[in-house]
Amino acid sequence: MNVTLPSTLHEVIYTHLEEAFPNEGGGFLVGALDGNNRTITEVHPVENVFEEEEQFHRFLAEDGAFERIEDYADSKGLSLLGYFHSHPDSPAVPSEFDRVHALPFFAYIIVSVRDGKTAETRLWELVTDRSRFIEGQLTILTTQEQ
Amino acid sequence: MATIKIPTPLRAYTSGQAEIAVEGSNVGAILESLTGQFPDLRQHLFNDDELRNFVNIFIGDEDIRYRDGLETEVESNDRLRIVPSIAGGAF
Repeated sequence: MNVTLPSTLHEVIYTHLEEAFPNEGGGFLVGALDGNNRTITEVHPVENVFEEEEQFHRFLAEDGAFERIEDYADSKGLSLLGYFHSHPDSPAVPSEFDRVHALPFFAYIIVSVRDGKTAETRLWELVTDRSRFIEGQLTILTTQEQ
Repeated sequence: MATIKIPTPLRAYTSGQAEIAVEGSNVGAILESLTGQFPDLRQHLFNDDELRNFVNIFIGDEDIRYRDGLETEVESNDRLRIVPSIAGGAF
Protein backbone atom coordinates (compact mmCIF):
# COMPACT_ATOMS: atom_id res chain seq x y z
CA MET A 1 0.00 0.00 0.00
CA ASN A 2 1.27 3.45 -0.91
CA VAL A 3 -0.17 6.47 0.84
CA THR A 4 0.59 10.11 0.24
CA LEU A 5 -0.19 12.61 2.98
CA PRO A 6 0.27 16.37 2.62
CA SER A 7 2.47 17.80 5.35
CA THR A 8 -0.34 20.19 6.28
CA LEU A 9 -2.57 17.22 7.12
CA HIS A 10 0.27 15.42 8.89
CA GLU A 11 0.42 18.50 11.09
CA VAL A 12 -3.32 18.25 11.79
CA ILE A 13 -2.82 14.61 12.79
CA TYR A 14 0.11 15.07 15.09
CA THR A 15 -1.27 18.25 16.65
CA HIS A 16 -4.45 16.35 17.57
CA LEU A 17 -2.50 13.38 18.91
CA GLU A 18 -0.07 15.54 20.91
CA GLU A 19 -3.05 17.32 22.46
CA ALA A 20 -4.56 13.93 23.39
CA PHE A 21 -1.36 12.82 25.13
CA PRO A 22 -0.94 11.06 27.55
CA ASN A 23 -4.06 9.40 26.15
CA GLU A 24 -4.54 7.88 22.73
CA GLY A 25 -6.18 9.99 20.06
CA GLY A 26 -7.35 9.18 16.58
CA GLY A 27 -9.42 9.97 13.57
CA PHE A 28 -10.29 9.11 10.01
CA LEU A 29 -8.51 9.49 6.68
CA VAL A 30 -10.46 10.47 3.56
CA GLY A 31 -9.25 10.87 0.01
CA ALA A 32 -8.76 9.22 -3.34
CA LEU A 33 -8.31 5.50 -3.90
CA ASP A 34 -6.52 4.19 -6.98
CA GLY A 35 -5.68 0.51 -6.77
CA ASN A 36 -2.99 0.14 -4.14
CA ASN A 37 -2.41 3.89 -3.97
CA ARG A 38 -4.18 6.24 -1.63
CA THR A 39 -4.00 10.02 -1.58
CA ILE A 40 -5.24 11.56 1.64
CA THR A 41 -7.03 14.85 1.09
CA GLU A 42 -8.84 15.19 4.43
CA VAL A 43 -8.37 14.07 8.02
CA HIS A 44 -11.18 13.95 10.55
CA PRO A 45 -10.09 13.74 14.20
CA VAL A 46 -12.70 12.18 16.47
CA GLU A 47 -13.23 11.73 20.18
CA ASN A 48 -11.80 8.75 22.04
CA VAL A 49 -14.69 7.17 23.95
CA PHE A 50 -12.88 4.18 25.42
CA GLU A 51 -13.22 3.92 29.20
CA GLU A 52 -11.35 6.95 30.48
CA GLU A 53 -8.99 5.10 32.80
CA GLU A 54 -7.84 2.93 29.87
CA GLN A 55 -7.35 5.68 27.28
CA PHE A 56 -3.61 5.79 27.94
CA HIS A 57 -3.40 2.58 25.85
CA ARG A 58 -6.82 2.25 24.16
CA PHE A 59 -8.74 4.16 21.52
CA LEU A 60 -12.36 3.79 20.42
CA ALA A 61 -13.90 6.21 17.93
CA GLU A 62 -17.06 7.99 19.05
CA ASP A 63 -20.39 6.41 18.16
CA GLY A 64 -21.65 7.32 14.73
CA ALA A 65 -18.33 8.67 13.48
CA PHE A 66 -17.65 5.84 11.05
CA GLU A 67 -21.09 6.12 9.43
CA ARG A 68 -21.01 9.90 9.31
CA ILE A 69 -17.58 10.12 7.69
CA GLU A 70 -18.17 7.20 5.34
CA ASP A 71 -21.46 8.76 4.15
CA TYR A 72 -19.68 12.09 3.71
CA ALA A 73 -16.87 10.50 1.69
CA ASP A 74 -19.30 8.51 -0.46
CA SER A 75 -21.38 11.63 -1.15
CA LYS A 76 -18.30 13.53 -2.34
CA GLY A 77 -16.99 10.77 -4.59
CA LEU A 78 -14.13 10.20 -2.14
CA SER A 79 -13.21 7.12 -0.11
CA LEU A 80 -12.87 6.47 3.58
CA LEU A 81 -9.25 5.31 3.32
CA GLY A 82 -8.41 4.37 6.88
CA TYR A 83 -7.73 5.82 10.26
CA PHE A 84 -4.93 7.16 12.40
CA HIS A 85 -4.29 6.77 16.11
CA SER A 86 -1.47 7.31 18.55
CA HIS A 87 0.62 5.06 20.74
CA PRO A 88 1.64 7.24 23.71
CA ASP A 89 5.17 6.43 24.83
CA SER A 90 5.05 3.27 22.71
CA PRO A 91 6.35 2.34 19.26
CA ALA A 92 4.37 3.13 16.10
CA VAL A 93 3.89 -0.60 15.60
CA PRO A 94 0.51 -2.38 15.65
CA SER A 95 -0.38 -4.35 18.74
CA GLU A 96 -2.39 -7.57 18.98
CA PHE A 97 -5.36 -5.41 20.01
CA ASP A 98 -4.90 -3.40 16.82
CA ARG A 99 -4.78 -6.58 14.75
CA VAL A 100 -7.91 -8.10 16.27
CA HIS A 101 -9.89 -4.94 15.50
CA ALA A 102 -8.53 -4.28 12.03
CA LEU A 103 -9.90 -4.76 8.53
CA PRO A 104 -7.93 -5.35 5.31
CA PHE A 105 -7.61 -2.71 2.59
CA PHE A 106 -7.64 0.05 5.23
CA ALA A 107 -4.69 2.38 5.82
CA TYR A 108 -3.62 2.37 9.47
CA ILE A 109 -1.39 5.31 10.36
CA ILE A 110 0.09 4.89 13.82
CA VAL A 111 1.93 7.76 15.48
CA SER A 112 4.29 7.24 18.39
CA VAL A 113 3.95 10.22 20.73
CA ARG A 114 6.71 10.30 23.35
CA ASP A 115 6.70 12.78 26.21
CA GLY A 116 3.97 14.68 24.37
CA LYS A 117 5.86 15.03 21.09
CA THR A 118 5.49 13.11 17.84
CA ALA A 119 8.39 10.73 17.48
CA GLU A 120 7.47 8.52 14.54
CA THR A 121 4.64 8.06 12.00
CA ARG A 122 4.26 4.73 10.22
CA LEU A 123 1.72 3.13 7.87
CA TRP A 124 0.35 -0.38 8.19
CA GLU A 125 -2.06 -2.67 6.36
CA LEU A 126 -3.72 -5.85 7.66
CA VAL A 127 -3.01 -8.84 5.43
CA THR A 128 -6.12 -10.51 4.03
CA ASP A 129 -5.86 -13.63 6.20
CA ARG A 130 -5.86 -11.35 9.30
CA SER A 131 -2.66 -12.90 10.64
CA ARG A 132 -0.50 -9.77 10.76
CA PHE A 133 0.13 -6.29 9.49
CA ILE A 134 2.59 -5.37 6.79
CA GLU A 135 4.19 -1.96 6.62
CA GLY A 136 3.23 0.32 3.77
CA GLN A 137 4.97 3.23 2.12
CA LEU A 138 3.92 6.57 3.60
CA THR A 139 5.05 9.64 1.71
CA ILE A 140 4.58 12.98 3.38
CA LEU A 141 4.41 15.68 0.76
CA THR A 142 6.09 18.99 1.43
CA THR A 143 4.21 22.21 0.78
CA GLN A 144 6.00 22.59 -2.55
CA GLU A 145 5.02 19.07 -3.63
CA GLN A 146 1.33 19.41 -2.74
CA MET B 1 -35.63 -7.35 -0.75
CA ALA B 2 -33.56 -5.92 2.09
CA THR B 3 -30.26 -4.20 1.40
CA ILE B 4 -27.05 -4.15 3.39
CA LYS B 5 -24.39 -1.43 3.23
CA ILE B 6 -20.83 -2.70 3.10
CA PRO B 7 -18.09 -0.79 4.97
CA THR B 8 -15.56 0.80 2.62
CA PRO B 9 -12.57 -1.49 3.36
CA LEU B 10 -14.64 -4.60 2.61
CA ARG B 11 -15.98 -3.33 -0.72
CA ALA B 12 -12.91 -4.87 -2.32
CA TYR B 13 -14.69 -8.21 -1.76
CA THR B 14 -17.96 -7.06 -3.35
CA SER B 15 -16.45 -5.78 -6.60
CA GLY B 16 -16.71 -2.26 -5.25
CA GLN B 17 -20.43 -2.42 -4.56
CA ALA B 18 -21.38 -0.35 -1.52
CA GLU B 19 -24.86 -1.76 -1.09
CA ILE B 20 -26.05 -5.31 -1.78
CA ALA B 21 -29.62 -6.60 -2.04
CA VAL B 22 -29.92 -9.76 0.04
CA GLU B 23 -32.68 -12.16 1.02
CA GLY B 24 -33.27 -13.45 4.49
CA SER B 25 -35.90 -13.46 7.20
CA ASN B 26 -33.49 -12.48 9.95
CA VAL B 27 -30.06 -10.89 10.27
CA GLY B 28 -28.28 -14.23 10.54
CA ALA B 29 -29.87 -15.42 7.29
CA ILE B 30 -29.03 -12.10 5.63
CA LEU B 31 -25.36 -12.46 6.58
CA GLU B 32 -25.31 -16.09 5.42
CA SER B 33 -26.72 -14.97 2.09
CA LEU B 34 -24.18 -12.15 1.85
CA THR B 35 -21.18 -14.34 2.68
CA GLY B 36 -22.54 -17.02 0.36
CA GLN B 37 -22.38 -14.50 -2.48
CA PHE B 38 -19.02 -13.08 -1.32
CA PRO B 39 -17.22 -15.83 0.66
CA ASP B 40 -14.07 -13.78 1.35
CA LEU B 41 -16.13 -11.45 3.53
CA ARG B 42 -16.86 -14.14 6.07
CA GLN B 43 -13.56 -14.26 7.94
CA HIS B 44 -13.69 -10.50 8.54
CA LEU B 45 -17.25 -10.59 9.89
CA PHE B 46 -17.15 -13.84 11.85
CA ASN B 47 -14.78 -15.62 14.17
CA ASP B 48 -15.91 -19.22 13.71
CA ASP B 49 -19.69 -18.83 13.91
CA GLU B 50 -19.71 -15.77 16.16
CA LEU B 51 -19.95 -12.24 14.83
CA ARG B 52 -16.62 -10.54 15.63
CA ASN B 53 -17.10 -8.23 18.60
CA PHE B 54 -16.05 -5.14 16.66
CA VAL B 55 -18.61 -5.82 13.91
CA ASN B 56 -21.88 -3.98 14.52
CA ILE B 57 -25.02 -4.57 12.47
CA PHE B 58 -27.68 -1.90 12.24
CA ILE B 59 -31.20 -2.04 10.86
CA GLY B 60 -31.90 1.59 10.16
CA ASP B 61 -30.56 3.30 13.30
CA GLU B 62 -31.02 0.28 15.59
CA ASP B 63 -28.10 -1.88 16.66
CA ILE B 64 -29.23 -5.51 16.57
CA ARG B 65 -27.53 -6.05 19.94
CA TYR B 66 -30.45 -4.19 21.47
CA ARG B 67 -32.96 -6.32 19.62
CA ASP B 68 -32.56 -10.06 19.05
CA GLY B 69 -29.01 -10.20 17.72
CA LEU B 70 -28.69 -12.45 14.69
CA GLU B 71 -32.29 -13.61 15.29
CA THR B 72 -33.60 -10.09 14.67
CA GLU B 73 -36.27 -10.28 12.04
CA VAL B 74 -35.75 -8.40 8.80
CA GLU B 75 -38.50 -6.87 6.68
CA SER B 76 -38.27 -6.77 2.91
CA ASN B 77 -37.64 -3.03 2.76
CA ASP B 78 -35.17 -2.85 5.66
CA ARG B 79 -31.79 -1.22 5.15
CA LEU B 80 -29.03 -2.88 7.09
CA ARG B 81 -25.53 -1.62 7.59
CA ILE B 82 -22.27 -3.21 8.74
CA VAL B 83 -20.39 -0.73 10.93
CA PRO B 84 -16.99 -1.71 12.34
CA SER B 85 -16.01 -0.25 15.69
CA ILE B 86 -12.80 1.66 15.08
CA ALA B 87 -10.56 0.70 17.96
CA GLY B 88 -6.89 0.40 18.62
CA GLY B 89 -4.36 0.35 21.39
CA ALA B 90 -0.68 0.53 22.05
CA PHE B 91 -0.49 -2.70 24.09
